Amino acid sequence: MSTAAIETLLLEQSVVAQAEAVRGGTVKARDLAEGYLDRVGRFDKTLGSFLLVDGAGARAAADKVDAAIAAGQPGGPLAGVPLGIKDIFVTKGVETTAGSRVLKGFIPPYESTVTARLAAAGAVSLGKLNMDEFAMGSSNENSAFGPVRNPWDTTRVPGGSSGGSAAAVAGGLCAASLGTDTGGSIRQPAAFCGITGLKPTYGRVSRYGVIAFASSLDHPGPFGRSAEDVAALMEVMAGGDPMDATSISAPVGRYQAACKAGLAGLRVGMPSEYFAAGMDPAVEAAVRAGIEQLAALGAQVVPVTLPHTPYAVPTYYLVCTAEASSNLARYDGVKYGHRTETAASLEELYARTRDEGFGPEPKRRIVLGNYVLRSGYYDAYYGKAQRVRRLIANDFAKAFTECDVLATPTTPMTAFKLGEKTEDPLQMYLADIYTVAPALAGVPAMALPCGFAAGLPIGMQLIGPPLGEETLFRVAGAYQRATDWHTRRPSL
Amino acid sequence: MSRIDPKEVRQIAVLARLGLSEAEVTKLTHELDGILGYIAAVQGVNTTGVEPLTHAVGFACPLRPDEVQPSFDNDDALANAPRRHERFFEVPRIVPVSGSSDGGGS
Amino acid sequence: MSVTLLEKYEPVIGLEVHVQLATLTKIFSGSSASFGLAPNAATDPVVLGLPGSLPVLNKAAVQMAVRLGLAVGSHIRPVCRFSRKHYFYPDLPKGYQISQFDEPLCEGGAVRFRFNGADHSVPLTRIHMEEDAGKNIHAEGGVSYVDYNRAGVPLCEVVSEPALRSADEAAEYLRALRTLIRYLGISDGNMEEGSMRCDANVSLRLRGATKLGTRAELKNINSFKNVKEAIEHEIRRQAGILDRGEAVVQETRLWDAVRGRSQSMRSKEEAHDYRYFPEPDLPPLQVDEAWRQAALAGLPELPEQRFVRYTTVLGLSAQDAGVLVNEREISDYFDAVVGKSPAEGVGKKAANWVVNEVLARVEDPRALGQDVPVPPDALAELVDLIEKGTLSGKLAKDVFGRMWTEKRRASDIVAKESVAQVSDEGVIEAACKQVIEANPKEAERYRAGDKKLVGFFVGQIMKLTEGKANPKAVNQILAKLLS
Ligand SMILES: [Mg+2]
Ligand SMILES: [Zn+2]
Repeated sequence: MSTAAIETLLLEQSVVAQAEAVRGGTVKARDLAEGYLDRVGRFDKTLGSFLLVDGAGARAAADKVDAAIAAGQPGGPLAGVPLGIKDIFVTKGVETTAGSRVLKGFIPPYESTVTARLAAAGAVSLGKLNMDEFAMGSSNENSAFGPVRNPWDTTRVPGGSSGGSAAAVAGGLCAASLGTDTGGSIRQPAAFCGITGLKPTYGRVSRYGVIAFASSLDHPGPFGRSAEDVAALMEVMAGGDPMDATSISAPVGRYQAACKAGLAGLRVGMPSEYFAAGMDPAVEAAVRAGIEQLAALGAQVVPVTLPHTPYAVPTYYLVCTAEASSNLARYDGVKYGHRTETAASLEELYARTRDEGFGPEPKRRIVLGNYVLRSGYYDAYYGKAQRVRRLIANDFAKAFTECDVLATPTTPMTAFKLGEKTEDPLQMYLADIYTVAPALAGVPAMALPCGFAAGLPIGMQLIGPPLGEETLFRVAGAYQRATDWHTRRPSL
Repeated sequence: MSRIDPKEVRQIAVLARLGLSEAEVTKLTHELDGILGYIAAVQGVNTTGVEPLTHAVGFACPLRPDEVQPSFDNDDALANAPRRHERFFEVPRIVPVSGSSDGGGS
Repeated sequence: MSVTLLEKYEPVIGLEVHVQLATLTKIFSGSSASFGLAPNAATDPVVLGLPGSLPVLNKAAVQMAVRLGLAVGSHIRPVCRFSRKHYFYPDLPKGYQISQFDEPLCEGGAVRFRFNGADHSVPLTRIHMEEDAGKNIHAEGGVSYVDYNRAGVPLCEVVSEPALRSADEAAEYLRALRTLIRYLGISDGNMEEGSMRCDANVSLRLRGATKLGTRAELKNINSFKNVKEAIEHEIRRQAGILDRGEAVVQETRLWDAVRGRSQSMRSKEEAHDYRYFPEPDLPPLQVDEAWRQAALAGLPELPEQRFVRYTTVLGLSAQDAGVLVNEREISDYFDAVVGKSPAEGVGKKAANWVVNEVLARVEDPRALGQDVPVPPDALAELVDLIEKGTLSGKLAKDVFGRMWTEKRRASDIVAKESVAQVSDEGVIEAACKQVIEANPKEAERYRAGDKKLVGFFVGQIMKLTEGKANPKAVNQILAKLLS
C-alpha cells in the first residue's frame, strides 16, 4: 500500500476497516502503527496529547499481529488497530502517572482488564495519553505534565479530564482511544474536539486497573471518530470481570449491528431542564437541529422532565470529592511513586510527599472530601448527597418510562480558551452541568458531534437507560449516516 | 458568614497528611468557602424516606472462590518502592500512634 | 491494689478481639494468606494497594464469619456493608482499611462458658469482617521496615459489650472465644503468633453507679497472661488516678509486657477521625436464608453443648467435662473412645483415662487430632479389657504406658506377654494358700483380729502372681481362707 493510501486509511477509514485491511493482508499492522507514530512525531509537540509515546512497544505489538496473520491465524477483531490509552489505565511495564507528579516513574507490575482485552483483540497501544491530574478537571489544564491543546484551535482547551484522548483522535494521532468519565470526562472532551465518546453504563466496562478518582462514578469508555468505531471498541472492552466486583456480567450487546439498525419508532425525550438559560445560543441551536434530524429519521420527540437536575453538580462534587480524598490516601511515598527527599519523621514523609506530589486540584478535592466525611458532617454532606443521588437516578428511571433515549446538549458552550477558567474552580465545575447527572445515575451516555460554532465543534448528548448502549448506538449510527459532522477534521 | 476558616483547613490538612503552605491555606479557604456555599444547595432537598444510592449497580456483592492465585515475586512487589531495604519497604522510624493497628489490629 | 479501692470501684471491661480467619487466600484477593513466606512475597496489586486495584470478596471468609456469628447466636444481617476506615500508617497500604461500620455482618449474640463453677454468658455487641494490616518492623538507624504479607488476611473483629467485671473474667472469656473458634475450625486462635489479638477497653466507676467512667483502650495484648496482667494493671492505674481525685484521660495505651506497664499513645486529636463511608468497590453483601440455614446445619456440636452432654448423659464431673471440652481435639478423641452410646459408667472411666493418662503425655492437646501413639479405638479396647476383668486397673496402667511408648494394642500386649489378670479361683486359691503357709505368724495375728494385715497378704500374693491376680478375687478368697 502506498504512503498516501495508508494516510487515507489512517484518517478516513473506520477501526473495523483498518482491522479488515490488516487481517486481509492489504496493509501491515506495522505500517498503521508507523503511520500514526509519524503523525504523533509531527503534530504532538503542538497538541501535547501524549504523555508517553511507546514506539518500541507499539512496533513489537504490531509485528506480533503481522506475524500471527502471516502464520495463518485469523487475527482479532481489532487486529493492528493503533490506539491511544489514557494514562489512567495501568499498563504492565509502561509508566503510568494519571497525570500526576505523585506517580511519576511508576511502572505498573500488572495490566488493566480493558487494555488486556484490547491487546488480546489485536489492538496496538501507541502510548499513554495526557489527562487532568487523577481525572480531576474539565480542561486538561490540571495535568502535572502540561496542557493539551484543542486540534480545532490550539489556543483552546480540548476539554477534560480525558483531553489527550479526545485531542489525539481528533488530530488523527491514533485510530481510537480510551478514556474515563466520572462526571463528563469522556463526553465533554469528545464534544469539544468533535468526536464520538461513550460513557457506558456503570459496571459495563471493568474498572480493574483503572486508577481510581471517584470509585462509584468512574466509567472507563472509548473515543472514536464515529459511533461505529466506538461500538467496535466497546464490543471488546465491555463485559463482566471477576476482578471488579461492580462489573456487570450480562451479555455484551451487539453495538456495531445496532449502529446499522435505524431509529424508527424510538421515542427521544427532551428534558426541559437541559434547555434552560445559560447555554450558548449557537450550541442550543445546533442541538435542537440535531434533534430535529432525529425526528426526520423517524424518531418521536417527546418532552420529559428531570426535576432534580439543578442538584446534580453539587451532589456530584460532594460524592466525588469524598471518594477522591479516600482514593488518594494511598499516595504516601512508601510503596510507589513520589517520595520527598528528606523526611526526619513519618509525619514529615506523608505531609511533604503529598504536598509535593499533588497539584492544586487534587489538593482542593482532598480537603473538601475530608471536610464532608468528617464525623458530624457526614449526614449533612456525603450522606445527603447519596440520597439526592437516588432522586436523580429516579428522575431518569421515570423519564425512561416515557421515552427510550434522551437527547441533550453535552456542554453549555464550545471549547474555551486555555487559562480562561483556571482561576475559578466553581466556573470550571459548571462546565459539567449536563454530564454529571447521567454519571451519578450510572446510565449510559454518549457525546457525538452535531454542528459547529465559529469553527468549534458542538456535541449532542444521548442518554439511555441502564444497559441501553444498543439504543444509543442505534440513534448515533442513524444520525451519523444522515449527517457528516463526525467526518470533519481539523487542519493541523 | 464564612463556612470554613483557615484553622479548619489546617486541621483537615493534618487529617489528610497534606503539608500546605500558609498561602495555600488562605487560597483554599477562600475557594472552599465558595464551593461549600454552592454545594449547600443539596441540603434544601427533601430526602425523607429516600435510601442513599451508594452503588449504581443493583446486584449483591459477588464472591470469589478461596483459590490461591500467583503472588508477586519479590522484585515486582518492591520494584516501585522509593526506598527499600532488602525485601522490605523502608520508612522513617515509626513511633506507634493511636488509631493505628500496630500490635493490636484495628 | 488495696482492698478498699477494689471495694470502692467497679471495673467495666469490654474486649475487641481480632481473629484471623484460616482461609487460603486474602479477604479481597488471591495471594496466599499463609505465614512464613519471605517478606512481601505474598502480595499482589490488591494487597499492596496499587493504583487501579480492586477488592473482590473471598467467599470462604464470609462463610467462616457466618459460622462464628451463628455459633454465638448473633443476628446475621441479610444485607451488610463494607466501609472504608481511614488513617495513615505504613502498614496500611491504601490509607484506609476495608472494614464494616454501621451495618456489620453479625449483631448481638453471646459467648457462653463456665466461670467460677457456674454457667456464664458475655454478651456481644457485634462481629464484623475486615482486612488485616501489614507488619511494621522497627529497625536500627532511625528507620522501620514494612512487610505487607499480612495485609489483607481476613479478620473477624469480635466486640463484646462492656460486660466484663474483672481481669480473670476477661481472660476466661477470651479462652472460651478461642475454644469456640477452634471448634469452628475458622482460626487457630494463637495469640502469641497474632492470629488472635485483643484490645481491652477499661473504665472504673463507683460501685453502685450506673454511668460508665472514662475509658482507656489497651492495645498490644498478645497472650492470655498479658490480658490478665494488663487489665489488672490498668484497673490499679485508674483506681489510683480516681482516688487522687484526678480524671482518667480517654486515650489509647500500649501494653508493654516486658516492663509490665502501659504507655500512652498520645497523638494529635484531629488525626483521629476515621471518616467512614460505604466501600464503593463492593456492593452490599447478602447472606440469604438458605445460606444461613445451610451454615447452621453445618455447625459442629459446640463446647458448651458438649459440656452439657458430658455432665448429664455421661455423668462426668464438671471438672472432667471442662477439661475435655477445652479443646475440640480432646473432646473429639474422648467421643471416639466412648462411642455413640457407651455402657453405664464407661464414660467416666474413659474420661479418667483421657484426663489423667492421655493428656499427661501430650504437650499440645491439639495433637490428639493427628497421629497419637494410642488412638481412640486402642484406648477403647483397653477400657473394654478392664471392664471384662482381663486387666486390673494397675495392670492396665502399665499396659497403657507400653501402648504409648511401643505403639502397640492392649490385646497384642496381653496375648503375647501373658500380662492378663488372673481370675481363675483355683490358681488364686493356690497362691493364697502358699502365702498363708509361708507366713504362719501373720496368719495367726490376722485371725486374732489384726485385720490390717490383709494388705500384707494381698501384697505377697500379687508379688507371687506378678501382679496379675484379680484383686477382688484375692480379697474374697483370702477372707475365706483366713476365717
Ligand atoms: Mg476496633
Ligand atoms: Zn478491627
